[in-house]
Amino acid sequence: MDVYLPIANLSVNGLIIVGLGALTGILSGMFGVGGGFLTTPLMIFYGIPPTVAAASAASQVTGASVSGVFFQSRRGGVDYKMGTVMVAGGIVGTGIGALLFRLLEQIGQIDTVISILYVVLLGSIGSLMARESIQAIRAERSGHKIAAKKRRHHPMVASLPMRWRFYRSGLYISPLAPLLLGCGVGILTMLMGIGGGFILVPVMLYVLGMSANVVVGTSLWQILFTTIATTMMHALTTQAVDIVLASLLLFGSVTGAQVGSQFAQKSSPVKLRLVLAIIVLLVAARMALGLTYMPDSIYTLAPL
Amino acid sequence: MKRTVKRLVHGLLGLTALVMLGGARDPILVTEVSQHTIDLQQGFNGTDLLLFGAVLTPEGSRAAQDYDIVVVLKGPTQSIVLREKQKIAGIWVNAASTEFRSAPSYYAVASTRPIDQIVDEKTAAIYELGLKWLQLSPIGAIDPEEQARFAAGLVERNRDAGLYREDEGGVSVSEQVLYQARIRLPSQVPTGKYTAETFAIADGRVVASASSDVEVRKLGIERAIANFSENYGLAYGLLAVFISIGMGWLAGRLFALV
Repeated sequence: MDVYLPIANLSVNGLIIVGLGALTGILSGMFGVGGGFLTTPLMIFYGIPPTVAAASAASQVTGASVSGVFFQSRRGGVDYKMGTVMVAGGIVGTGIGALLFRLLEQIGQIDTVISILYVVLLGSIGSLMARESIQAIRAERSGHKIAAKKRRHHPMVASLPMRWRFYRSGLYISPLAPLLLGCGVGILTMLMGIGGGFILVPVMLYVLGMSANVVVGTSLWQILFTTIATTMMHALTTQAVDIVLASLLLFGSVTGAQVGSQFAQKSSPVKLRLVLAIIVLLVAARMALGLTYMPDSIYTLAPL
Repeated sequence: MKRTVKRLVHGLLGLTALVMLGGARDPILVTEVSQHTIDLQQGFNGTDLLLFGAVLTPEGSRAAQDYDIVVVLKGPTQSIVLREKQKIAGIWVNAASTEFRSAPSYYAVASTRPIDQIVDEKTAAIYELGLKWLQLSPIGAIDPEEQARFAAGLVERNRDAGLYREDEGGVSVSEQVLYQARIRLPSQVPTGKYTAETFAIADGRVVASASSDVEVRKLGIERAIANFSENYGLAYGLLAVFISIGMGWLAGRLFALV
Protein backbone atom coordinates (compact mmCIF):
# COMPACT_ATOMS: atom_id res chain seq x y z
CA MET A 1 0.00 0.00 0.00
CA ASP A 2 1.86 3.07 -1.24
CA VAL A 3 1.25 6.27 0.63
CA TYR A 4 2.68 9.56 -0.58
CA LEU A 5 3.97 11.75 2.26
CA PRO A 6 3.41 15.39 1.27
CA ILE A 7 5.97 16.92 3.65
CA ALA A 8 8.66 14.24 3.49
CA ASN A 9 8.22 14.30 -0.32
CA LEU A 10 8.40 10.60 -0.95
CA SER A 11 6.17 7.60 -1.00
CA VAL A 12 6.40 4.86 1.58
CA ASN A 13 4.74 1.56 2.23
CA GLY A 14 1.91 2.56 4.57
CA LEU A 15 1.72 -0.88 6.16
CA ILE A 16 5.36 -0.71 7.24
CA ILE A 17 4.78 2.64 8.95
CA VAL A 18 1.63 1.39 10.67
CA GLY A 19 3.58 -1.71 11.73
CA LEU A 20 6.37 0.46 13.08
CA GLY A 21 3.80 2.46 15.03
CA ALA A 22 2.26 -0.74 16.35
CA LEU A 23 5.66 -2.03 17.47
CA THR A 24 6.40 1.12 19.45
CA GLY A 25 2.81 1.16 20.67
CA ILE A 26 3.22 -2.34 22.10
CA LEU A 27 6.42 -1.18 23.80
CA SER A 28 4.69 1.86 25.23
CA GLY A 29 1.80 -0.24 26.50
CA MET A 30 4.19 -2.74 28.05
CA PHE A 31 6.77 -0.42 29.55
CA GLY A 32 5.07 2.94 29.80
CA VAL A 33 7.59 4.61 27.50
CA GLY A 34 6.52 6.74 24.55
CA GLY A 35 8.60 4.80 22.06
CA GLY A 36 9.99 7.84 20.27
CA PHE A 37 13.52 6.55 20.82
CA LEU A 38 12.65 3.63 18.56
CA THR A 39 10.39 5.26 15.94
CA THR A 40 12.72 8.11 15.05
CA PRO A 41 15.83 6.00 14.26
CA LEU A 42 13.82 3.29 12.51
CA MET A 43 12.13 5.88 10.29
CA ILE A 44 15.54 7.35 9.46
CA PHE A 45 16.88 3.89 8.57
CA TYR A 46 13.82 3.48 6.35
CA GLY A 47 14.80 6.60 4.40
CA ILE A 48 12.62 9.36 5.84
CA PRO A 49 14.52 12.65 6.25
CA PRO A 50 15.74 12.93 9.90
CA THR A 51 14.00 16.23 10.63
CA VAL A 52 10.65 14.96 9.39
CA ALA A 53 11.14 11.74 11.35
CA ALA A 54 11.87 13.57 14.62
CA ALA A 55 9.05 16.09 14.16
CA SER A 56 6.42 13.48 13.30
CA ALA A 57 7.55 11.07 16.03
CA ALA A 58 6.89 13.79 18.60
CA SER A 59 3.22 13.94 17.69
CA GLN A 60 3.04 10.16 17.80
CA VAL A 61 4.35 10.24 21.39
CA THR A 62 1.61 12.76 22.24
CA GLY A 63 -1.03 10.30 21.07
CA ALA A 64 0.61 7.40 22.85
CA SER A 65 0.65 9.20 26.21
CA VAL A 66 -2.91 10.60 26.18
CA SER A 67 -4.73 7.57 27.54
CA GLY A 68 -1.97 7.02 30.11
CA VAL A 69 -2.42 10.56 31.44
CA PHE A 70 -6.19 10.10 31.72
CA PHE A 71 -5.72 6.83 33.57
CA GLN A 72 -3.08 8.21 35.95
CA SER A 73 -4.99 11.37 36.76
CA ARG A 74 -8.10 9.36 37.64
CA ARG A 75 -6.14 7.31 40.13
CA GLY A 76 -4.42 10.42 41.53
CA GLY A 77 -1.04 9.57 40.10
CA VAL A 78 -0.15 13.03 38.82
CA ASP A 79 1.52 15.72 40.92
CA TYR A 80 0.10 18.67 39.01
CA LYS A 81 2.27 21.26 40.74
CA MET A 82 5.45 19.35 40.01
CA GLY A 83 4.18 18.51 36.52
CA THR A 84 3.40 22.12 35.69
CA VAL A 85 6.86 23.27 36.79
CA MET A 86 8.39 20.58 34.60
CA VAL A 87 6.18 21.45 31.62
CA ALA A 88 7.21 25.12 31.98
CA GLY A 89 10.82 23.98 31.82
CA GLY A 90 9.96 21.70 28.91
CA ILE A 91 8.48 24.55 26.86
CA VAL A 92 11.61 26.65 27.45
CA GLY A 93 13.62 23.56 26.47
CA THR A 94 11.83 23.13 23.15
CA GLY A 95 12.60 26.79 22.38
CA ILE A 96 16.29 26.26 23.18
CA GLY A 97 16.18 23.03 21.20
CA ALA A 98 14.79 24.85 18.15
CA LEU A 99 17.62 27.40 18.30
CA LEU A 100 20.21 24.64 18.72
CA PHE A 101 18.64 22.77 15.83
CA ARG A 102 18.96 25.76 13.51
CA LEU A 103 22.52 26.50 14.65
CA LEU A 104 23.69 22.92 14.19
CA GLU A 105 21.95 22.72 10.83
CA GLN A 106 23.81 25.82 9.66
CA ILE A 107 27.20 24.43 10.59
CA GLY A 108 26.19 21.06 9.16
CA GLN A 109 26.64 19.00 12.31
CA ILE A 110 23.02 18.23 13.18
CA ASP A 111 23.08 14.57 12.13
CA THR A 112 26.35 13.85 13.92
CA VAL A 113 25.12 15.48 17.13
CA ILE A 114 21.81 13.58 16.99
CA SER A 115 23.63 10.28 16.43
CA ILE A 116 26.05 10.93 19.29
CA LEU A 117 23.17 11.86 21.59
CA TYR A 118 21.39 8.62 20.70
CA VAL A 119 24.47 6.49 21.26
CA VAL A 120 25.39 8.11 24.58
CA LEU A 121 21.88 8.29 26.03
CA LEU A 122 20.54 4.97 24.85
CA GLY A 123 23.84 3.22 25.48
CA SER A 124 24.16 4.37 29.08
CA ILE A 125 20.51 4.00 30.02
CA GLY A 126 20.25 0.66 28.24
CA SER A 127 23.22 -0.78 30.07
CA LEU A 128 22.02 0.55 33.42
CA MET A 129 18.64 -1.05 32.84
CA ALA A 130 20.19 -4.31 31.69
CA ARG A 131 22.43 -4.50 34.74
CA GLU A 132 19.58 -3.74 37.09
CA SER A 133 17.22 -6.30 35.58
CA ILE A 134 19.88 -9.02 35.45
CA GLN A 135 20.55 -8.43 39.13
CA ALA A 136 16.84 -8.60 39.82
CA ILE A 137 16.44 -11.84 37.87
CA ARG A 138 19.36 -13.39 39.73
CA ALA A 139 17.95 -12.27 43.05
CA GLU A 140 14.58 -13.74 42.14
CA ARG A 141 16.19 -17.10 41.32
CA SER A 142 18.30 -17.28 44.47
CA GLY A 143 15.43 -16.11 46.62
CA HIS A 144 17.24 -13.04 47.96
CA LYS A 145 15.48 -9.76 47.99
CA ILE A 146 17.33 -6.64 46.94
CA ALA A 147 16.75 -3.94 49.47
CA ALA A 148 14.84 -1.11 47.85
CA LYS A 149 16.97 1.98 47.40
CA LYS A 150 16.30 4.53 50.03
CA ARG A 151 14.39 7.45 48.60
CA ARG A 152 16.38 10.60 49.11
CA HIS A 153 17.10 13.44 46.85
CA HIS A 154 20.53 14.08 45.55
CA PRO A 155 22.70 16.56 47.57
CA MET A 156 22.95 18.79 44.50
CA VAL A 157 19.16 19.17 44.47
CA ALA A 158 19.16 20.02 48.17
CA SER A 159 21.70 22.78 47.63
CA LEU A 160 19.51 24.74 45.17
CA PRO A 161 18.03 27.97 46.52
CA MET A 162 14.31 28.61 47.19
CA ARG A 163 12.10 25.75 48.27
CA TRP A 164 8.53 24.82 47.43
CA ARG A 165 6.33 22.16 48.91
CA PHE A 166 5.18 19.45 46.51
CA TYR A 167 2.63 17.54 48.58
CA ARG A 168 1.83 14.63 46.29
CA SER A 169 5.51 13.97 45.60
CA GLY A 170 6.24 14.25 49.29
CA LEU A 171 8.98 16.77 48.67
CA TYR A 172 10.17 20.13 49.92
CA ILE A 173 12.70 21.13 47.28
CA SER A 174 13.66 23.97 45.03
CA PRO A 175 11.42 24.23 41.92
CA LEU A 176 14.60 24.89 39.93
CA ALA A 177 15.43 21.18 39.97
CA PRO A 178 12.28 19.98 38.12
CA LEU A 179 12.41 23.09 35.96
CA LEU A 180 15.92 22.23 34.78
CA LEU A 181 15.00 18.59 34.32
CA GLY A 182 11.98 19.54 32.21
CA CYS A 183 14.10 21.95 30.19
CA GLY A 184 16.80 19.35 29.48
CA VAL A 185 14.24 16.78 28.37
CA GLY A 186 12.51 19.44 26.23
CA ILE A 187 15.76 20.07 24.34
CA LEU A 188 16.16 16.34 23.73
CA THR A 189 12.53 16.03 22.56
CA MET A 190 13.07 18.76 20.01
CA LEU A 191 16.36 17.34 18.72
CA MET A 192 15.71 13.62 18.88
CA GLY A 193 11.94 13.19 18.66
CA ILE A 194 11.83 11.27 21.92
CA GLY A 195 9.38 11.79 24.76
CA GLY A 196 12.13 11.21 27.29
CA GLY A 197 10.22 8.94 29.66
CA PHE A 198 13.16 6.63 30.10
CA ILE A 199 15.28 9.56 31.30
CA LEU A 200 12.57 11.25 33.36
CA VAL A 201 11.51 8.27 35.41
CA PRO A 202 14.93 7.34 36.87
CA VAL A 203 15.85 10.99 37.46
CA MET A 204 12.56 11.69 39.22
CA LEU A 205 13.02 8.61 41.39
CA TYR A 206 16.68 8.76 42.25
CA VAL A 207 17.72 12.38 41.80
CA LEU A 208 14.61 14.30 42.82
CA GLY A 209 13.51 11.54 45.14
CA MET A 210 9.81 11.73 44.26
CA SER A 211 7.30 9.37 45.79
CA ALA A 212 7.08 6.34 43.50
CA ASN A 213 3.30 6.36 43.02
CA VAL A 214 3.29 9.74 41.28
CA VAL A 215 6.45 9.25 39.17
CA VAL A 216 4.88 7.54 36.14
CA GLY A 217 1.82 9.78 36.04
CA THR A 218 3.80 13.00 36.39
CA SER A 219 6.34 11.96 33.77
CA LEU A 220 3.50 11.14 31.35
CA TRP A 221 1.98 14.54 32.09
CA GLN A 222 5.30 16.23 31.29
CA ILE A 223 5.74 14.12 28.12
CA LEU A 224 2.23 14.92 26.89
CA PHE A 225 2.67 18.68 27.11
CA THR A 226 6.30 18.80 26.05
CA THR A 227 5.61 16.78 22.89
CA ILE A 228 2.66 19.07 22.14
CA ALA A 229 5.01 22.05 22.49
CA THR A 230 7.55 20.26 20.29
CA THR A 231 5.00 19.60 17.55
CA MET A 232 4.02 23.28 17.62
CA MET A 233 7.65 24.38 17.60
CA HIS A 234 8.45 22.14 14.63
CA ALA A 235 5.34 23.32 12.77
CA LEU A 236 6.44 26.92 13.27
CA THR A 237 10.17 26.60 12.65
CA THR A 238 11.28 23.54 10.66
CA GLN A 239 7.84 22.92 9.06
CA ALA A 240 8.71 19.25 9.11
CA VAL A 241 5.59 17.77 10.74
CA ASP A 242 4.10 15.34 8.24
CA ILE A 243 0.46 14.87 9.21
CA VAL A 244 0.07 11.83 6.95
CA LEU A 245 3.13 10.15 8.43
CA ALA A 246 2.10 11.03 12.00
CA SER A 247 -1.44 9.69 11.44
CA LEU A 248 -0.13 6.37 10.15
CA LEU A 249 2.22 6.06 13.13
CA LEU A 250 -0.55 7.04 15.53
CA PHE A 251 -2.97 4.55 14.07
CA GLY A 252 -0.45 1.79 14.69
CA SER A 253 0.74 2.97 18.05
CA VAL A 254 -2.57 3.65 19.77
CA THR A 255 -3.77 0.19 18.82
CA GLY A 256 -0.44 -1.37 19.71
CA ALA A 257 -0.45 0.37 23.09
CA GLN A 258 -3.69 -1.36 24.07
CA VAL A 259 -2.35 -4.75 23.00
CA GLY A 260 0.90 -4.05 24.86
CA SER A 261 -0.81 -3.20 28.12
CA GLN A 262 -2.81 -6.45 27.95
CA PHE A 263 0.40 -8.33 27.34
CA ALA A 264 2.25 -6.57 30.17
CA GLN A 265 -0.26 -7.77 32.75
CA LYS A 266 0.49 -11.37 31.86
CA SER A 267 4.29 -11.36 31.92
CA SER A 268 6.95 -10.75 34.53
CA PRO A 269 7.98 -7.10 34.88
CA VAL A 270 11.63 -7.95 35.50
CA LYS A 271 11.98 -9.88 32.26
CA LEU A 272 10.11 -7.13 30.42
CA ARG A 273 12.69 -4.63 31.63
CA LEU A 274 15.50 -6.81 30.33
CA VAL A 275 13.82 -7.05 26.92
CA LEU A 276 13.41 -3.29 26.81
CA ALA A 277 17.07 -2.84 27.80
CA ILE A 278 18.17 -5.11 24.95
CA ILE A 279 16.03 -3.20 22.42
CA VAL A 280 17.46 0.11 23.63
CA LEU A 281 21.02 -1.24 23.36
CA LEU A 282 20.40 -2.57 19.84
CA VAL A 283 19.23 0.83 18.61
CA ALA A 284 22.30 2.43 20.23
CA ALA A 285 24.58 -0.12 18.60
CA ARG A 286 23.09 0.48 15.16
CA MET A 287 23.58 4.22 15.58
CA ALA A 288 27.17 3.70 16.77
CA LEU A 289 27.88 1.59 13.72
CA GLY A 290 26.78 4.40 11.39
CA LEU A 291 28.88 6.85 13.36
CA THR A 292 32.14 4.94 13.57
CA TYR A 293 32.23 2.17 10.99
CA MET A 294 30.39 3.29 7.89
CA PRO A 295 27.98 6.20 7.46
CA ASP A 296 24.97 5.71 5.18
CA SER A 297 26.39 8.26 2.83
CA ILE A 298 29.65 10.24 2.79
CA TYR A 299 28.05 13.18 1.02
CA THR A 300 24.95 15.00 2.18
CA LEU A 301 23.33 18.05 0.71
CA ALA A 302 21.21 20.84 2.06
CA PRO A 303 19.54 23.78 0.33
CA LEU A 304 21.51 26.99 0.56
CA MET B 1 -1.73 5.90 -24.84
CA LYS B 2 -4.46 6.84 -27.29
CA ARG B 3 -3.79 10.48 -26.51
CA THR B 4 -0.11 10.12 -27.16
CA VAL B 5 -0.74 8.46 -30.50
CA LYS B 6 -3.02 11.33 -31.40
CA ARG B 7 -0.32 13.77 -30.42
CA LEU B 8 2.19 12.00 -32.55
CA VAL B 9 -0.16 12.11 -35.50
CA HIS B 10 -0.67 15.83 -34.97
CA GLY B 11 3.06 16.27 -34.75
CA LEU B 12 3.62 14.42 -37.96
CA LEU B 13 0.93 16.48 -39.73
CA GLY B 14 2.65 19.64 -38.52
CA LEU B 15 5.88 18.22 -39.77
CA THR B 16 4.52 17.69 -43.27
CA ALA B 17 3.50 21.33 -43.28
CA LEU B 18 7.03 22.29 -42.28
CA VAL B 19 8.49 20.09 -44.95
CA MET B 20 6.39 21.79 -47.59
CA LEU B 21 7.83 25.14 -46.60
CA GLY B 22 11.21 23.62 -47.25
CA GLY B 23 14.51 25.28 -46.36
CA ALA B 24 17.14 24.05 -43.95
CA ARG B 25 19.48 21.21 -44.78
CA ASP B 26 19.44 19.84 -41.27
CA PRO B 27 17.07 17.03 -40.42
CA ILE B 28 13.84 17.74 -38.65
CA LEU B 29 13.23 16.44 -35.17
CA VAL B 30 9.71 15.97 -33.88
CA THR B 31 9.51 15.26 -30.18
CA GLU B 32 6.83 14.47 -27.67
CA VAL B 33 6.62 13.34 -24.05
CA SER B 34 3.99 11.02 -22.69
CA GLN B 35 2.97 13.37 -19.89
CA HIS B 36 3.34 17.13 -19.64
CA THR B 37 2.30 17.16 -16.01
CA ILE B 38 3.19 14.67 -13.33
CA ASP B 39 0.95 14.76 -10.29
CA LEU B 40 2.32 13.83 -6.90
CA GLN B 41 -0.60 12.50 -4.93
CA GLN B 42 -1.82 9.42 -3.09
CA GLY B 43 -0.81 6.29 -4.91
CA PHE B 44 2.11 7.97 -6.66
CA ASN B 45 5.10 5.69 -6.42
CA GLY B 46 7.30 7.10 -9.11
CA THR B 47 6.50 6.96 -12.79
CA ASP B 48 8.04 6.31 -16.19
CA LEU B 49 8.17 9.21 -18.59
CA LEU B 50 8.20 8.24 -22.23
CA LEU B 51 10.10 10.54 -24.57
CA PHE B 52 9.53 9.76 -28.22
CA GLY B 53 9.49 11.26 -31.66
CA ALA B 54 10.91 11.04 -35.14
CA VAL B 55 13.90 12.25 -37.14
CA LEU B 56 13.33 13.07 -40.80
CA THR B 57 15.37 14.64 -43.56
CA PRO B 58 14.08 18.00 -44.82
CA GLU B 59 12.65 16.27 -47.86
CA GLY B 60 10.31 14.43 -45.55
CA SER B 61 11.53 11.03 -46.55
CA ARG B 62 12.83 8.86 -43.80
CA ALA B 63 16.32 9.60 -42.64
CA ALA B 64 18.80 8.02 -44.97
CA GLN B 65 21.49 8.33 -42.40
CA ASP B 66 21.92 6.79 -38.97
CA TYR B 67 21.41 9.28 -36.22
CA ASP B 68 22.25 9.02 -32.59
CA ILE B 69 19.67 10.32 -30.19
CA VAL B 70 20.41 11.66 -26.73
CA VAL B 71 17.56 12.69 -24.44
CA VAL B 72 18.07 14.70 -21.26
CA LEU B 73 15.44 15.31 -18.60
CA LYS B 74 16.47 17.99 -16.16
CA GLY B 75 14.72 19.19 -13.01
CA PRO B 76 14.84 22.72 -11.58
CA THR B 77 18.28 23.82 -10.43
CA GLN B 78 18.96 24.59 -6.80
CA SER B 79 21.61 26.36 -4.78
CA ILE B 80 22.94 23.75 -2.41
CA VAL B 81 25.67 23.13 0.08
CA LEU B 82 27.31 19.75 -0.22
CA ARG B 83 29.03 18.33 2.84
CA GLU B 84 31.62 15.63 2.97
CA LYS B 85 32.10 13.33 5.94
CA GLN B 86 35.59 12.45 7.08
CA LYS B 87 36.69 10.19 9.87
CA ILE B 88 37.94 12.34 12.70
CA ALA B 89 38.96 10.70 15.99
CA GLY B 90 37.12 7.53 15.02
CA ILE B 91 33.86 9.29 14.18
CA TRP B 92 32.47 10.23 10.79
CA VAL B 93 31.80 13.96 10.88
CA ASN B 94 30.96 16.51 8.21
CA ALA B 95 34.40 18.00 7.78
CA ALA B 96 34.45 19.75 4.41
CA SER B 97 31.82 21.46 2.36
CA THR B 98 31.31 23.37 -0.82
CA GLU B 99 28.49 25.31 -2.40
CA PHE B 100 26.98 24.92 -5.84
CA ARG B 101 24.78 27.61 -7.32
CA SER B 102 23.10 25.54 -10.03
CA ALA B 103 22.89 21.87 -9.19
CA PRO B 104 19.98 20.22 -10.99
CA SER B 105 17.63 18.62 -8.48
CA TYR B 106 17.01 15.86 -11.02
CA TYR B 107 18.97 14.85 -14.09
CA ALA B 108 18.52 11.86 -16.35
CA VAL B 109 20.21 11.16 -19.64
CA ALA B 110 19.55 8.33 -22.07
CA SER B 111 21.26 7.68 -25.38
CA THR B 112 21.46 5.20 -28.21
CA ARG B 113 25.12 4.42 -27.49
CA PRO B 114 27.64 5.37 -24.80
CA ILE B 115 27.94 9.15 -25.04
CA ASP B 116 31.72 9.19 -25.47
CA GLN B 117 31.25 7.21 -28.68
CA ILE B 118 28.69 9.69 -30.01
CA VAL B 119 30.34 13.05 -29.38
CA ASP B 120 33.69 14.40 -28.31
CA GLU B 121 34.23 15.86 -24.87
CA LYS B 122 33.85 19.45 -25.98
CA THR B 123 30.41 18.88 -27.48
CA ALA B 124 29.34 16.82 -24.48
CA ALA B 125 30.39 19.65 -22.18
CA ILE B 126 28.60 22.31 -24.23
CA TYR B 127 25.30 20.46 -24.27
CA GLU B 128 25.74 18.97 -20.75
CA LEU B 129 25.38 15.45 -22.08
CA GLY B 130 26.12 13.13 -19.21
CA LEU B 131 26.63 13.36 -15.46
CA LYS B 132 30.31 14.13 -15.99
CA TRP B 133 29.45 17.40 -17.71
CA LEU B 134 26.93 18.98 -15.38
CA GLN B 135 27.49 22.71 -15.02
CA LEU B 136 27.19 23.12 -11.28
CA SER B 137 28.67 26.63 -10.86
CA PRO B 138 30.59 26.16 -7.62
CA ILE B 139 30.67 29.24 -5.42
CA GLY B 140 34.01 30.62 -4.27
CA ALA B 141 37.43 29.79 -5.61
CA ILE B 142 38.44 26.27 -4.76
CA ASP B 143 41.11 24.36 -6.59
CA PRO B 144 39.97 22.28 -9.57
CA GLU B 145 40.96 18.99 -8.00
CA GLU B 146 38.80 19.56 -4.95
CA GLN B 147 36.02 20.85 -7.18
CA ALA B 148 36.10 17.64 -9.19
CA ARG B 149 35.99 15.55 -6.02
CA PHE B 150 32.94 17.38 -4.75
CA ALA B 151 31.19 17.24 -8.12
CA ALA B 152 31.76 13.49 -8.19
CA GLY B 153 30.46 13.30 -4.63
CA LEU B 154 27.27 15.13 -5.58
CA VAL B 155 26.71 12.82 -8.53
CA GLU B 156 27.32 9.76 -6.36
CA ARG B 157 24.94 10.96 -3.67
CA ASN B 158 22.15 11.81 -6.10
CA ARG B 159 22.68 8.67 -8.13
CA ASP B 160 22.22 6.64 -4.94
CA ALA B 161 19.06 8.61 -4.21
CA GLY B 162 17.76 7.78 -7.70
CA LEU B 163 17.73 11.43 -8.72
CA TYR B 164 20.62 11.30 -11.20
CA ARG B 165 20.44 8.65 -13.88
CA GLU B 166 22.45 7.63 -16.88
CA ASP B 167 21.18 5.03 -19.31
CA GLU B 168 23.54 4.35 -22.19
CA GLY B 169 21.49 2.42 -24.68
CA GLY B 170 18.21 3.61 -23.19
CA VAL B 171 17.08 5.11 -26.48
CA SER B 172 15.86 2.76 -29.15
CA VAL B 173 15.49 3.85 -32.77
CA SER B 174 13.36 1.94 -35.22
CA GLU B 175 13.66 2.18 -39.01
CA GLN B 176 16.06 5.13 -38.59
CA VAL B 177 13.02 7.30 -37.99
CA LEU B 178 11.18 6.71 -34.75
CA TYR B 179 12.93 6.83 -31.43
CA GLN B 180 11.77 6.31 -27.90
CA ALA B 181 13.26 6.43 -24.41
CA ARG B 182 11.78 5.61 -21.06
CA ILE B 183 12.98 7.63 -18.08
CA ARG B 184 12.23 6.73 -14.50
CA LEU B 185 11.09 9.37 -12.03
CA PRO B 186 11.25 7.97 -8.49
CA SER B 187 8.70 8.94 -5.82
CA GLN B 188 11.05 11.45 -4.19
CA VAL B 189 11.30 13.72 -7.26
CA PRO B 190 11.27 17.39 -6.36
CA THR B 191 8.47 19.57 -7.70
CA GLY B 192 8.99 22.22 -10.34
CA LYS B 193 9.44 22.76 -14.04
CA TYR B 194 11.43 20.08 -15.84
CA THR B 195 12.78 20.33 -19.36
CA ALA B 196 13.06 17.38 -21.67
CA GLU B 197 15.66 17.98 -24.37
CA THR B 198 16.27 15.76 -27.36
CA PHE B 199 19.40 15.92 -29.50
CA ALA B 200 19.85 14.27 -32.87
CA ILE B 201 23.55 13.74 -33.46
CA ALA B 202 25.36 12.67 -36.63
CA ASP B 203 29.13 12.47 -37.09
CA GLY B 204 29.75 13.94 -33.67
CA ARG B 205 27.70 17.04 -34.42
CA VAL B 206 24.36 18.02 -32.97
CA VAL B 207 22.23 18.43 -36.10
CA ALA B 208 18.87 19.03 -34.51
CA SER B 209 17.48 19.57 -31.05
CA ALA B 210 14.12 20.20 -29.47
CA SER B 211 12.87 20.67 -25.96
CA SER B 212 9.58 20.53 -24.14
CA ASP B 213 8.46 21.25 -20.60
CA VAL B 214 7.19 18.81 -18.03
CA GLU B 215 5.69 20.07 -14.83
CA VAL B 216 5.96 18.04 -11.63
CA ARG B 217 3.50 19.22 -9.00
CA LYS B 218 1.63 18.18 -5.94
CA LEU B 219 -2.09 17.85 -6.42
CA GLY B 220 -5.24 17.67 -4.37
CA ILE B 221 -4.98 16.92 -0.68
CA GLU B 222 -1.19 16.57 -0.82
CA ARG B 223 -0.84 20.05 -2.22
CA ALA B 224 -3.31 21.39 0.33
CA ILE B 225 -1.32 19.83 3.18
CA ALA B 226 2.01 21.16 1.90
CA ASN B 227 0.58 24.66 1.43
CA PHE B 228 -1.14 24.57 4.80
CA SER B 229 2.09 23.58 6.54
CA GLU B 230 4.06 26.25 4.73
CA ASN B 231 1.68 29.18 5.13
CA TYR B 232 -0.23 28.52 8.34
CA GLY B 233 2.33 26.90 10.68
CA LEU B 234 0.38 27.65 13.86
CA ALA B 235 -2.93 26.23 12.64
CA TYR B 236 -1.15 23.26 11.08
CA GLY B 237 0.62 22.50 14.36
CA LEU B 238 -2.66 22.74 16.27
CA LEU B 239 -4.29 20.37 13.78
CA ALA B 240 -1.45 17.85 14.25
CA VAL B 241 -1.79 18.09 18.04
CA PHE B 242 -5.57 17.77 17.80
CA ILE B 243 -5.28 14.66 15.61
CA SER B 244 -2.81 12.97 17.93
CA ILE B 245 -4.76 13.72 21.11
CA GLY B 246 -8.01 12.72 19.42
CA MET B 247 -6.66 9.42 18.18
CA GLY B 248 -5.02 8.59 21.51
CA TRP B 249 -8.19 9.39 23.41
CA LEU B 250 -10.45 7.57 20.96
CA ALA B 251 -8.34 4.41 21.07
CA GLY B 252 -8.45 4.40 24.87
CA ARG B 253 -12.25 4.76 24.72
CA LEU B 254 -12.77 2.09 22.09
CA PHE B 255 -10.62 -0.48 23.86
CA ALA B 256 -12.35 0.22 27.15
CA LEU B 257 -15.54 -1.06 25.49
CA VAL B 258 -13.94 -4.33 24.36
